[in-house]
Amino acid sequence: MSNTIKNITLKIWRQSGPAAKGYFETHNIPEITDEASFLEMLDILNDRLVTEGKEAVVFDHDCREGICGTCSLMIDGQAHGPQRGTATCQLHMRKFKDGDSITIEPWRASAFPLIKDLMVDRSAFDRIIESGGYITAETGGAPDANLIPIAKPIADAAMDSAECIGCGACVAACPNGAANLFTAAKVAHLNRLPQGQAERYSRVEAMVETMDEHFGSCTNHGECEAACPKEISIDVIALMHKDYRKAKFANRKDLARS
Amino acid sequence: MSLTDQLLAQNTVQLDSKIPAGPMADKWNTYKSDMKLVNPNNKRKFKVIVVGTGLAGASAAATLAELGYQVDAFTFHDSARRAHSIAAQGGINGAKNYKGDGDSIHRLFYDTVKGGDFRAREANVHRLAENSVDIIDQMVAQGVPFAREYGGLLDNRSFGGAQVSRTFYARGQTGQQLLLGAYQQFSRQVGLGGIRLFNRSELVDIVVIDGRAAGILVRDLVTGELTSHSAHAVVLATGGYGNAFFLSTNAMACNVTAAWRAHRKGALFANPCYTQIHPTCIPQSDDSQSKLTLMSESLRNDGRVWVPTNPDETRPAHEIPENERDYYLERLYPSFGNLAPRDISSRAAKRAVDKGLGVGPKKNGVYLDFSDAINRLGRDVVEERYGNLFEMYERIAGENPYDTPMRIYPASHYTMGGLWVDYELMTNIPGLYAAGEANFSDHGANRLGASALMQGLSDGYFVLPYTIGNYLAPMLNKPMPGTDHPEFKAAEVAAKERFAGYLAIGGTKSPDFFHRELGKIIWDYCGMERTEQGLEKALSEIPALYEEFKKDLRVTGDGESMNQTLEKAGRVDDFFQLGMLMCKDALDRKESCGGHFRAEYQTDEGEALRDDENYCHVSAWQWGGDPMKPVLNVEKLEFEEVHLATRSYK
Repeated sequence: MSNTIKNITLKIWRQSGPAAKGYFETHNIPEITDEASFLEMLDILNDRLVTEGKEAVVFDHDCREGICGTCSLMIDGQAHGPQRGTATCQLHMRKFKDGDSITIEPWRASAFPLIKDLMVDRSAFDRIIESGGYITAETGGAPDANLIPIAKPIADAAMDSAECIGCGACVAACPNGAANLFTAAKVAHLNRLPQGQAERYSRVEAMVETMDEHFGSCTNHGECEAACPKEISIDVIALMHKDYRKAKFANRKDLARS
Repeated sequence: MSLTDQLLAQNTVQLDSKIPAGPMADKWNTYKSDMKLVNPNNKRKFKVIVVGTGLAGASAAATLAELGYQVDAFTFHDSARRAHSIAAQGGINGAKNYKGDGDSIHRLFYDTVKGGDFRAREANVHRLAENSVDIIDQMVAQGVPFAREYGGLLDNRSFGGAQVSRTFYARGQTGQQLLLGAYQQFSRQVGLGGIRLFNRSELVDIVVIDGRAAGILVRDLVTGELTSHSAHAVVLATGGYGNAFFLSTNAMACNVTAAWRAHRKGALFANPCYTQIHPTCIPQSDDSQSKLTLMSESLRNDGRVWVPTNPDETRPAHEIPENERDYYLERLYPSFGNLAPRDISSRAAKRAVDKGLGVGPKKNGVYLDFSDAINRLGRDVVEERYGNLFEMYERIAGENPYDTPMRIYPASHYTMGGLWVDYELMTNIPGLYAAGEANFSDHGANRLGASALMQGLSDGYFVLPYTIGNYLAPMLNKPMPGTDHPEFKAAEVAAKERFAGYLAIGGTKSPDFFHRELGKIIWDYCGMERTEQGLEKALSEIPALYEEFKKDLRVTGDGESMNQTLEKAGRVDDFFQLGMLMCKDALDRKESCGGHFRAEYQTDEGEALRDDENYCHVSAWQWGGDPMKPVLNVEKLEFEEVHLATRSYK
């Protein structure tokens, strides 16, 4: 049954552009139903701001089903807020109580430059995928789908890491701004599958090195796993490192042959 | 003379569907053998613009780039991976017959035509069923982790409107995994230089020169800058218009702008009143709600739909005895039961709630109950099949579906209508193509579950790469108008004025306010049930609200930096104009079929009553200079393979 939550104070980061100086702006939400999602609360605030002639708070969001990975937000210093395994858009006001003060900030990482207010540019993730986060299978000529049986545990493990939604919470939560969980999740998805073996070592080498161009280094804090809305395990990072180390030998041998 | 033939004689646009001659099963192969080709070395001389990076757009762009064409791809998202295809849950159909349960290309074709209530173009549907087989192979080759059985082979499940198991799935995230597959293939081409990617870039106009699509006008959402882009061909893979209802299962940014701007430039808009109301969504909980969330149709494999028989029932679900429950789908449609198609299940839910039998605090839902499945299969199996959906339900509704039945109610989900396209997926503007949900061709008046993913990928991977070549081949070495052409300049000026106009109104209400009000009108009068009186009412209320929008809109901020309020204003403007066309079309179609249910035309049992004599046609509307004055054109639908029959799922 729905209840009303009263007197929420929001401290929201405002910044008109990448070069501008940012600041916190305080807004009060006198009351809101606990059925509302966190982002619906921001919608209501924005509607009020526009009606008052003020500029709406810019934030990324889209599907509101926790799957597109567009929404972000540091809520009280936690990426995607207090509920574990939940993206911001799936966070509901029933997790908060009367009189709460909530601080909302953008993802903060040097690889994610700020665009405006709470919106950042996460294109560096796309660069990692472009460098090798795929299986080369051009359209046409694919063999029958049941030609290669894949053991269920392998398929399930690949799916576990393929669930990554590319939101960037792992990077935002990491004290080093590292993207190891994101990169390793894709490496683990593809390198575990029989279809992914042909490019296994070239993939991991290219992806890790592109990652290193943009992001900080991993020092095993594990904050990424705690922040991940899909609860992807940091075990995938170990798999990536193992394959990367092997790649440095395997790929060198290939080089010597050519 | 039937109405269809009378209307046909009055067409203002020549509508040639270009269906190849010959038997149904040979048409697509015949087309591929006869089409014109572009030599591999000449492909790089052609540029193709692809707008949208969902399943249809990403797969088309990737494949065209692999073939050697220069591709410019546009998305208003920050990344190509965000498109709303990603939210599809349940699965993708493929006529593989891996289960040996009697599936075949013909059966998938037949089910789709029948499921669409005989309002789709047969030849397109047959090609879709043929391609379905290749899609599964292609996606597995890319590494899509479909569900598997212990022996390592692919698993299948059933979806509504089918009596075979032909749906491939990846947990409850099939759309995500397929889109990521297509996105990865797309990204590979971005890395190789085959595709130039323009992100956070929204189409604001289509430019037509000498009767051909010459390019597009794009607004950079970060800087507000307008830029022109020219190409030999333009593909719109920009999704559907379900957000016209405001509350829908679509993502917040889904909009009709690209298709609508093409419509205003001469492309016909077909069957706008064919909208799909999905039966299993979480009911609305409060008035500030921004969207509705779908619960996958796959849940109806194991969940049983029921309502209490007593309208004054107050007990919790588990205390209501069996003999005081109405499992109405199983009762009304015994052979399909809980897997009756979407339009039929939605209307049945509406009837139950309208009778006061609804459940939940607002009495606005029906139960979807898993207790039998949990008893039969055990909680572990149910968790493995639907665990992530149950979690999502619990996060949103605050109730645990393992203990308490889910509450569900229909919501706007998909739009079968869209830009009119011929067999080659080309609109009536040469060089302008529409793919995926943006076109109208394959689902008739109702789409079957797990067929949207199939259609998006079929169009992008296996249709457009052939048909675009057929269009481009004769254009080799012919000059192409550049972005300095006066038509591009005129479009830039018009768009600049349009956006400056929204900022200049200085009224009192936000774009969201108008969107919500507009959506309410469309939902009330052009939603699950339509009447002549209601539609007339909508057609007086929408223009009145539109006038208010033009006078009282308030957009704060400026046009030179990221401004989501301004983006929204442009999209809502187009939804207003589309809303009028939806109601016009619904009013004009004096029959019930699929998702279009006119209360005046129903059987004694309350099922849709088609009028094949007068309405066995596609209604393709031409822009008439005023959203209230569209011009009707029709394409007659001929059925060679599937005989027109009353759809029965009893």
